[in-house]
Amino acid sequence: MGIRFILLVNKQGQTRLAQYYEYMTLEECRALEGEIVRKCLTRTDQQCSFVEHRNYKVVYRRYASLFFMVGVDNDENELAILEFIHLLVETMDRHFGNVCELDIMFHLEKAHFMLEEMVMNGCIVETSKANILHPIQLMDKAS
Amino acid sequence: MNPFSSGTRLRDMIRSIRACKTAAEERAVVRKECAAIRAAVSENDSDYRHRNLAKLMFIHMLGYPTHFGQMECLKLIASSGFPEKRIGYLGLMLLLDERQEVLMLVTNSLKQDLNHSNQYIIGLALCALGNICSAEMARDLAPEVERLLLSRDPNIKKKAALCSIRIVRKVPDMAENFMTAAVNLLKEKHHGVLIAGVQLCVDLCKASEEALEYLRKTCIEGSVRILRDLSNSPYAPEYDVSGITDPFLQIRLLRLMRILGHGDADSSEYMNDLLAQVSTKIESNKNSGNAILYECVETIMGIEATSGLRVLAINILGRFLSNRDNNIRYVALNMLMKAIAVDSQAVQRHRATILECVKDSDASIRKRALELISLLVNDTNVKSLMNELIEYLEVSDQDFKGDLSSKICSIVERFSPDKLWYIDQMLKVLSEAGNYIKDEVWHGLIVVISNALDLHGYTVRALYKAFQTSSEQESLVRVAVWCIGEYGDMLVNNGGMLNVEEPIIVTESDTVDIVDAALKHHSSDTTTQAMSLIALLKLSSRFPSCSERIKEIVNQQKGSFVLELQQRSIEFNSIIQRHHNIKSSLVERMPMLDEATYIEKRTASSQVTFPGKKTSHATHSGATLSLPNGISKTPSAPLVDLLDLSSDDAPQMSSSTNNFLHDLLGVGLDVPSTSAPANTDILMDLLSIGEPSIQKNLPSSTLSSQSILPNHVKARTQESTSNSMHVVDLLDGLSSSPISVEKNHDYPSITAFQSNSLKIEFGFSKQPENPQSTVIIATFTNLSSDAYTDFLFQAAVPKFIQLNLEPGSNNILPSNGIGTITQRLTVKNSQLGLKPLAMRLRIAYKVNNEDKLEQGQVSNFPPGL
Repeated sequence: MGIRFILLVNKQGQTRLAQYYEYMTLEECRALEGEIVRKCLTRTDQQCSFVEHRNYKVVYRRYASLFFMVGVDNDENELAILEFIHLLVETMDRHFGNVCELDIMFHLEKAHFMLEEMVMNGCIVETSKANILHPIQLMDKAS
Repeated sequence: MNPFSSGTRLRDMIRSIRACKTAAEERAVVRKECAAIRAAVSENDSDYRHRNLAKLMFIHMLGYPTHFGQMECLKLIASSGFPEKRIGYLGLMLLLDERQEVLMLVTNSLKQDLNHSNQYIIGLALCALGNICSAEMARDLAPEVERLLLSRDPNIKKKAALCSIRIVRKVPDMAENFMTAAVNLLKEKHHGVLIAGVQLCVDLCKASEEALEYLRKTCIEGSVRILRDLSNSPYAPEYDVSGITDPFLQIRLLRLMRILGHGDADSSEYMNDLLAQVSTKIESNKNSGNAILYECVETIMGIEATSGLRVLAINILGRFLSNRDNNIRYVALNMLMKAIAVDSQAVQRHRATILECVKDSDASIRKRALELISLLVNDTNVKSLMNELIEYLEVSDQDFKGDLSSKICSIVERFSPDKLWYIDQMLKVLSEAGNYIKDEVWHGLIVVISNALDLHGYTVRALYKAFQTSSEQESLVRVAVWCIGEYGDMLVNNGGMLNVEEPIIVTESDTVDIVDAALKHHSSDTTTQAMSLIALLKLSSRFPSCSERIKEIVNQQKGSFVLELQQRSIEFNSIIQRHHNIKSSLVERMPMLDEATYIEKRTASSQVTFPGKKTSHATHSGATLSLPNGISKTPSAPLVDLLDLSSDDAPQMSSSTNNFLHDLLGVGLDVPSTSAPANTDILMDLLSIGEPSIQKNLPSSTLSSQSILPNHVKARTQESTSNSMHVVDLLDGLSSSPISVEKNHDYPSITAFQSNSLKIEFGFSKQPENPQSTVIIATFTNLSSDAYTDFLFQAAVPKFIQLNLEPGSNNILPSNGIGTITQRLTVKNSQLGLKPLAMRLRIAYKVNNEDKLEQGQVSNFPPGL
């Protein structure tokens, strides 16, 4: 399936966005977030961006105070996922204009809409920023 | 009104949650909000429904239960406006999942929306279906999705394709419905459709063999063409990632080609040129370029590529490995693991670099490199590699030591050229990381040591030295204590010296010091302490001069709060104090542990317990455990008794189990045992009291060391069983008395035993319905002038006879024949008519508080019993 979940977590370890592509109960999600955040946040910049966790990998990348973490299957191309994270950030940047943690918090649903356009069922579905943002911009115009 | 920006209250909520200083405050805020939302739900408030749902999504993200919002999602989905639908579907995906019954209700709304005229609404429905579709929904809605796959709008097409992936995963039977559509998707121009189409093809290949064959024929050309176009394409601003056009699509295409080309020479042939072109043309100074290279290498490894192409691929990995970027090195290590299967020689060339990666500061890289190294080890490089790894073990991170040491141990076990080297390496690992290794590792080491006869001395001295420096490494201490217990004498007298060794001077008391230290060390757990006690017991016989001191040390444990230790201490103390004559044979060296059986067991189950390995096949049936005057079990194989019977030529073997039993129990008969009895019996009884588990042969004892002694015992039991077989044969030969076939015969009483002081008469009776059984009434008469107290009668019979001894009528026997004791015995002769009864007797009693012991053999049983 490729992508199992996407998490945005700030430096303090608070979840700012969470999207799971396989079913987990609330407790499992919380436990998983806690474990991963602990693992990733303790790593230094020099260390590689991949952490093996349980039976999958977490690819993460830090942008200012936000960590973008993507859980993927073991056979997934880690470098491509890094590239995907960057694409996600660029897309948000284009929409919000220099995106920051607060933008995502206060516009959680928009962040989710963007993700929805980019990823479905754990697969990347669209990589063009214009195509991703088009429906969202239409909706903004309509209101 | 804009439902998304109108959320001032949503903003307020988020602000107030952010302002919370503690988790408790946050909970309070959330609780208040949830209460408000519940109230709104019950009032069916439609104006703020979307806002409430947005709040719930936030609360859900924080990890609070939000199940009460599920019905709200359904209501929003059912409403007509796009914004409401949009947030409704989002809520559906976040708050619900396919396991909820609520999904049944949503199927209808989904069906309506899939048939909507607005492409965005169709998109929403497809997206939701793709994320949460269950098997039932897949069956219900598949026709709609199939239809939408043919739609002209690329946005709908791509989502329908991904939706199909979900459907195929849920219901693999439906794969064939999507095959033609999938191939057609690859003819599109829109990248979104292409990437979705390629992924659908990959999933179809995985779902069915049939689909794989079909797609091999139909879409290999298409995918190669798309990839060639992409890699030759001029700058495409919308899909460009640092100079490369849509790396995501390229990577997906390469993955599809890998699946199609796997095990198929024709398809592989078709891709060769393109793969060579991609892998040489891509620039590797950008992450996106490297991502494609990485995928390309994986595809080359996965298909039936030409050898030239494979060399190219391995070289790319070599370049990756020397890259300074840790991410690149990580994927290189990952890829090399797969490359080993293809060309292990080529990977071997990078061994030095990989070894450096084991020492990297980054845990992820270390872990990968270690996995890889363990695959690279072979007979020629094992020594140098192990030296490196063990050296590194000394300086590695604490949390890496566990992984590293277990890898080292498994490699050393697999590749060790000789035992000396094996033991050396293992001792190094134990001294560095003894606290991190698993039990079976040191169990295995002990087995090897026990089998290396010429290395016992060397090992115990090496362990002694290692203990001085690394006494806090638990498993090192255990192995050391075990070896000192077994081979402590070789430590002192420098026995079994190897040429490479320098003699060391260790006194007997130094040795005892070591074990004492292990016993009392604060970090020692019960297993170690119990092993120390055994070692001390063994040393007490090896070093008579230290016996007193050992006794004291053992005595100190009498007050231990741990039952196991307390019990051992008391038992061992008794052995040391009272049974000098048996001690030396009791604490003999363990027989060689059987390596083959151990390895077999170990591979058979990962949960190996050390003890089982030696005598797992020893089917020893319980020995007679006749308690005072026969409150006894009926033994199926009275081993002990047979041994007694066998003692015709060694009469001193008579003092059998019960005395020791009593002593241990504290009954304190204090029989002066003038003989060296068969130590099997004593051991058996010692253990049967101390550790009932052994009798039942339970391998599940909690302490692994617990059973080290029993092993020993069982080994001996086995020996003795075979001895006793001879005895039976001997008896057979001796007793060729004529056999009477008379039934229901009144048998005459006999005088079974008579001495100056005691007379025993046997009276017989038989039940006609049970001809094999005979009831014997034994009558004891005191012929002396002093009364006997603590009178105890015991009997033993050969294997083919079952004996049941009932309690005696009294245990005081008056003097001068003025009273008698009677005792009832039931014997069952399974060889009736073939072999006559035979029995040995032993009578213990006290005269004026002085212990007396008499024994004899009864062979004058009337014929026909």
